[in-house]
Amino acid sequence: MSGETRNAGATWVGRAIRRLEDPALVTGSGRFTADLKAAHYVKFVRSPVASGRIERIAAPEGAIIITASDLGGVKPLRPLLHKFNYIPVEQPILAHGCVRFVGEPIAAVVAASEAEAEDLTVRLEVDIEQSDALVDARAALADGAPAVHAGVPTNVIVEGQIKTPDFDQRHAAAHRRIRVDARSRRQNATPLEARGGHAAFDPASGRITLTCSTQMPHLVRTAIADLIGMPECELRVIAPDVGGGFGQKMSLPPEYVLLVWLARRLRTSVAWAEDRRENLIAGYHSRDQYLRLEGAFDENARLIALSGEVIANVGAYSCFPTTCAVEPLMAMAELPGPYDVQAYACRARGVLTHTCPIAPFRGVSRPAITFAIERLMDKAAAEFGIEPSELRQRNLVAGFPYRSATGLVFDAASYRETLEIAVEAIGLAAFRTRQREARARGRFLGIGFGTFSERTGYGTPAFAARGMDITPGWETVEVRMDPSGFVETRIGASPHGQGLRTTLAQIIADQLGVAPERIRVVHGDTDRTPYGWGTFASRSLVISGGATLLAARKVRAKLIRIASQLLEASEEDILLESGAAKVMGTDRGLPIETVARAAYHQTHRFNGTIEPGLAESATYDPPGTFSNACHAAIVDVDVETGAVRIEKFLVVEDAGRIINPMIADGQIHGGVAHGIANALFEEIVYDETGAILTASLADYLPPTAQEMPFIALRHLETLSDASVTQAKGLGEGGGIGAPAAIINAINDALAPFNVSIDEMPATPQRIRAALRAAMETPA
Amino acid sequence: MTDKVDLTLNVNGRDYAIRVEPRRTLADAIRDDCGQTGTHLGCEHGVCGACTVIVDGEPVRSCLMFAVQAVGKPIRTVEGLAAGEELHPLQRAFIEHHGLQCGFCTPGFLMLVIGVLEREPDIGDEDLMDVLASNLCRCTGYQNIVKAVRAYAAETRSC
Repeated sequence: MSGETRNAGATWVGRAIRRLEDPALVTGSGRFTADLKAAHYVKFVRSPVASGRIERIAAPEGAIIITASDLGGVKPLRPLLHKFNYIPVEQPILAHGCVRFVGEPIAAVVAASEAEAEDLTVRLEVDIEQSDALVDARAALADGAPAVHAGVPTNVIVEGQIKTPDFDQRHAAAHRRIRVDARSRRQNATPLEARGGHAAFDPASGRITLTCSTQMPHLVRTAIADLIGMPECELRVIAPDVGGGFGQKMSLPPEYVLLVWLARRLRTSVAWAEDRRENLIAGYHSRDQYLRLEGAFDENARLIALSGEVIANVGAYSCFPTTCAVEPLMAMAELPGPYDVQAYACRARGVLTHTCPIAPFRGVSRPAITFAIERLMDKAAAEFGIEPSELRQRNLVAGFPYRSATGLVFDAASYRETLEIAVEAIGLAAFRTRQREARARGRFLGIGFGTFSERTGYGTPAFAARGMDITPGWETVEVRMDPSGFVETRIGASPHGQGLRTTLAQIIADQLGVAPERIRVVHGDTDRTPYGWGTFASRSLVISGGATLLAARKVRAKLIRIASQLLEASEEDILLESGAAKVMGTDRGLPIETVARAAYHQTHRFNGTIEPGLAESATYDPPGTFSNACHAAIVDVDVETGAVRIEKFLVVEDAGRIINPMIADGQIHGGVAHGIANALFEEIVYDETGAILTASLADYLPPTAQEMPFIALRHLETLSDASVTQAKGLGEGGGIGAPAAIINAINDALAPFNVSIDEMPATPQRIRAALRAAMETPA
Repeated sequence: MTDKVDLTLNVNGRDYAIRVEPRRTLADAIRDDCGQTGTHLGCEHGVCGACTVIVDGEPVRSCLMFAVQAVGKPIRTVEGLAAGEELHPLQRAFIEHHGLQCGFCTPGFLMLVIGVLEREPDIGDEDLMDVLASNLCRCTGYQNIVKAVRAYAAETRSC
């Protein structure tokens, strides 16, 4: 570890240095929300039924029980969007009058210990007059379906439509039209640390400190202050160590609002730690979509028109701050993916049902839309009788900047190159021979590709285009060298496993000529960091990293000015390296701490030409940039059992400049694991009454080390000026390409059976059912 | 609520005299009564393994064991691995090979692997991989955990 840091003066960006985060985390010194003790513990009583009217709540005597009737002054969540026929719906902090999904909090029980609180939840009696539940989005669209919210009689809470002027003409001119009906089942992001909060009242200041497992502490503060009606400055929100988020922790849980309200009312500390069952049934879901695509191809297998119909089940409420429109609208905007098709028509609807609300999860809609369009490409290739990779090469975007049919501007990337390398590296030609031989022996191997563009690091213009009431995007970073020559950097982003303390330190180290060990990155505390949006959407390294670079450049400029005066040399001749300011070509120099000290304590020497201090701030709000990758999988399908074994998995990716290759690889591995889970294992299952059948980790199945193949990685680095560091985001990509590659590989393996698996996860049951159906159907 | 019982747990060589309900899990007792919060709770139903500690030389899920069952048995948790500033070789291997991201599952993986390798230093690679499938990690996709564990196992075997 120390060997890396002795090479002072080297460039830090691009090196696989060890993470500064790790020593605390491997020794058990990390501090997670549930590590804090409280005077009172909270448990929630949750609805056991999906739909119904609350008739009566009877609390045991002497217990502190909070229900909706206690929360008169607290506003319901009402996330807003100003476009796409979005109809706002209200979500009370505790169910008010009726319940709309299994797991919806009805009451909060407060006791001196978690166990006592849990005992009390059992003694609370809730009578609910149950009514018919809508579980499936298509059922919710049917005529006569009950309305989940009275204000949305059709259950369509948001509807986006687009049709380019030339669509009909291009579509009509097609040589072949190919359709795919794809179904992406529901997933839960399942961070290993479930959610939880600890709210403490400080009698001296009257302030509340909410420590909680969140990806966006500043927004949590704004939202809770708004809902409760308290001055925002009286609330401090801390995101301590956070045990994974993957998007689930970027939506505001109503439970956190209740905790702050309760701490204020009881003037003490209260804590809630979500258990796994709560997390699985009520901790936000994602990916529940039907996608119908039709591709119109010319005689050369060029995609000339594309249409899509997206039905996204958004659950019972709309999440804050993105709103539930995030899935259907992203599907509509990005469905064409990396393919050059200018004639496009799409309708995307978000449909309310009596299920757990949907919120962003790594990749958001893109795992589903990539799966759908990549199935379309493979089906088309089969129709045209060419290799799927060849059909892709004919259709991938090549010239940059490229303006998509939906107006997205793709910066320079390597769509064709990554595919070409993947085809070569996985050995497509040799595989086809092996596949034929295996088939002859009754063994079914398949190969599949997933190519995609990953829109990352987008600022306010991209969010504004969605019509969000709250328009995230920029990040502010404060870089401050203190008089000791150490650097403290305060960021509004809120990392939770991404290693941002290390990568930002690498960016700063190159600017200031000091080792990363001298740089502290402070995040996750609204009292200590500039307002910011948090960590999500593969944005932090691009946006917070960009702001870090801009702020560090300012500190660098100032250090150089001061050093030039102290060393009586011209600014152009000052070098910052190895913890010193040096005069180029001489042996003259000063330790950086001497320069820093002068900035604070010797300002009289600069005759008023230099402002005291070394603290600089910068804000970065980029338009966005597109990473890209090609995933390739070889699978072995057991047609007797429907089991799928992944024999090979390859990712050829391009995220621009890589700041720390070790961390980048780790992000891709983790994303691919989510994608494989999406393709093969994980599914939240509701029965027809809206009860969840997968409420434990014995039923909902995140992959273990045994289900994960070795992931081979290849990197390209297309440097784009769309990002000031030339780094593109890559946090989500692993999860975007993998499902498509695996499902395509399964279908390739099963080609002799004339089946098409267009639903994920492709469980053994589904694969067997498809094979059985194909065998029963006379050819 | 049941009457509380007095008991002593020995965690990382130190005795903790605590007073808990008989139903209190070992995990809760270690975290809340002994104050050793490095042991994490991921599911509380014995699947994820985040709460793995070593009791009497065996890696166990501390969420599935009662505190009263651990009386008189030495308990080791992640806090006891490093000797002062000197990290345990497996802790070093996790850092070196980037075997952690958010770090929530890490203590459980460390205790699992150390417990098994102390018990079976010559365990074969296939069995070791089988053991690793006992715990869940949601960040790393396991590849670098496997790398770290293999590196440490090789080091242990060569000693």
